[in-house]
Amino acid sequence: MSHRELDDMLGTAWRKPPLVRRAWLRWTLLLGFAVYLVAAFATIDVDWGRVYEGLDRGWAFVMSFTRPDFVSRWSDIWSGLLESIVMTVAASVVGIAISIPIGLGAARNIAPLPVYVICRGLVAISRALQEIIVAILLVAIFGFGPLAGFLTLSFATIGFLSKLLAEDIEAMDRSQAEAIRASGAKWLQWINYGVQPQVMPRLVGLSMYRIDINFRESAILGLVGAGGIGATLNTAFDRYEYDTAAAILILIIGIVMALEYLSGVIRARVQ
Amino acid sequence: MPVLERGGAQVWQRRTMGERLVRWIGWLIGLVVFAVCWQKISESTTWFFVWDAPRIAGDIWDRATPPKWEYIARLGRPIWDTLNIATLGTMISLCLAVPVAFLAARNTTPSALFVRPVALLIIVATRSINSLIWALLLIAIIGPGVFAGVVAIAIRSIGFCAKLLYEAIEEIDATQVEAISATGASRWQVMAYGIVPQILPAFAGIAVFRWDINIRESTVLGLVGAGGIGLQLSSSLNVLAWPQVSLILLVILAAVVISEWVSAKVRGAII
Repeated sequence: MSHRELDDMLGTAWRKPPLVRRAWLRWTLLLGFAVYLVAAFATIDVDWGRVYEGLDRGWAFVMSFTRPDFVSRWSDIWSGLLESIVMTVAASVVGIAISIPIGLGAARNIAPLPVYVICRGLVAISRALQEIIVAILLVAIFGFGPLAGFLTLSFATIGFLSKLLAEDIEAMDRSQAEAIRASGAKWLQWINYGVQPQVMPRLVGLSMYRIDINFRESAILGLVGAGGIGATLNTAFDRYEYDTAAAILILIIGIVMALEYLSGVIRARVQ
Repeated sequence: MPVLERGGAQVWQRRTMGERLVRWIGWLIGLVVFAVCWQKISESTTWFFVWDAPRIAGDIWDRATPPKWEYIARLGRPIWDTLNIATLGTMISLCLAVPVAFLAARNTTPSALFVRPVALLIIVATRSINSLIWALLLIAIIGPGVFAGVVAIAIRSIGFCAKLLYEAIEEIDATQVEAISATGASRWQVMAYGIVPQILPAFAGIAVFRWDINIRESTVLGLVGAGGIGLQLSSSLNVLAWPQVSLILLVILAAVVISEWVSAKVRGAII
């Protein structure tokens, strides 16, 4: 800032500089945003009468959290929950086991180009398709039941874990891996002693996080018939049994919290 | 260093006997758990359908190709609705997430003993329940439609945004805050000039990141009746109109890829 400018500014109050410096761009952005908001709100037709009527039911639902009903549908809740957990465990094991080789293949610094392209393609496909759509297709192909859910979660795990594992491998320290190679190690020994120790803490952390996600996702797969607690929850909502629904939601939140705590402990230990 | 004596020669080993035993037992337990889970899944699977799956998959593929391209004329409005659900939902959730984040961050919370646990509970509860379940619940309360979708996305995103935001607030540079408060600024002025400028880049990044995720989630909200393109998907699936289904899936895929590209570009420009 030159002296002239400073002299001009003396005695005047400081004003916060605008976020976008160019005035025309600032106004265009604001105007465009306002136009979009008006257009968006204009096309949402909200039936306020219906919303007002629903408020009572909403309040009833909130109140049902104070007296959740675990008992009257306990056998349904238990079998749904067990199926969710079983799906989560099996899908996490298979998904992690498959995503490790794919993650190795998707790391540019250790995989040759053709392998890299194929593995990255697989990861991209798995990431672009949402769980619920995959579940719909797999239910159509394999029939109702937890097998479709298990396959869906395994498939989704591959996209998530392989990508993050590959990124971690690409960011690893080359000199350690090279030292192992210089000792005359074969490819498998090179991966096992040069690469694996570097990425292991992060792999464990990501796997724990993915188990957490898998459990949360397994709660909705039941909506399309792929097994798990979702079907029970859907039925409870359809029958306006809010106290049972509240019980299921409390169980889901509790398990997710426990998993998050557990993964925090494990991550703190391996790092 | 664990060394094994074999025929007078010393052989280096990675782990001691005890370590190896513990690991072996750990693997055994893991394997048993997985086997039990697989048993459970296998029990509730109709294996005849699974053996028949390749034929069914081929059959569906034959029915679904080629996609019914002229149907795209009827998808304009659902795509606009989907965009609105994601955008408005993200905006509402950000408005709600900011106060929650400030209440949850250790350095800005008014009371670490009473307020912080409540804020953390809000974060965990909204985060651990999928947006489809929120939609299911809101449809029962305020009726089906786009509005239920907007509110579902908004509630679901609070936890995610608030969690990332409060972590960003906890990591701010305390000296800047101190400098502002040394000028005699009030609590709110410290907030506006000491804290907010430091978390603004993180905030923008979180907003765009969540918007991208919300586009994905809002494409399937229609499956339970909460508006958007999922409504078309669900009705096409119900009448087994596979050419329409394949077109809708292509459109959803395109929307996901475009939103990911936009969010990557915007985040690159901000950070």
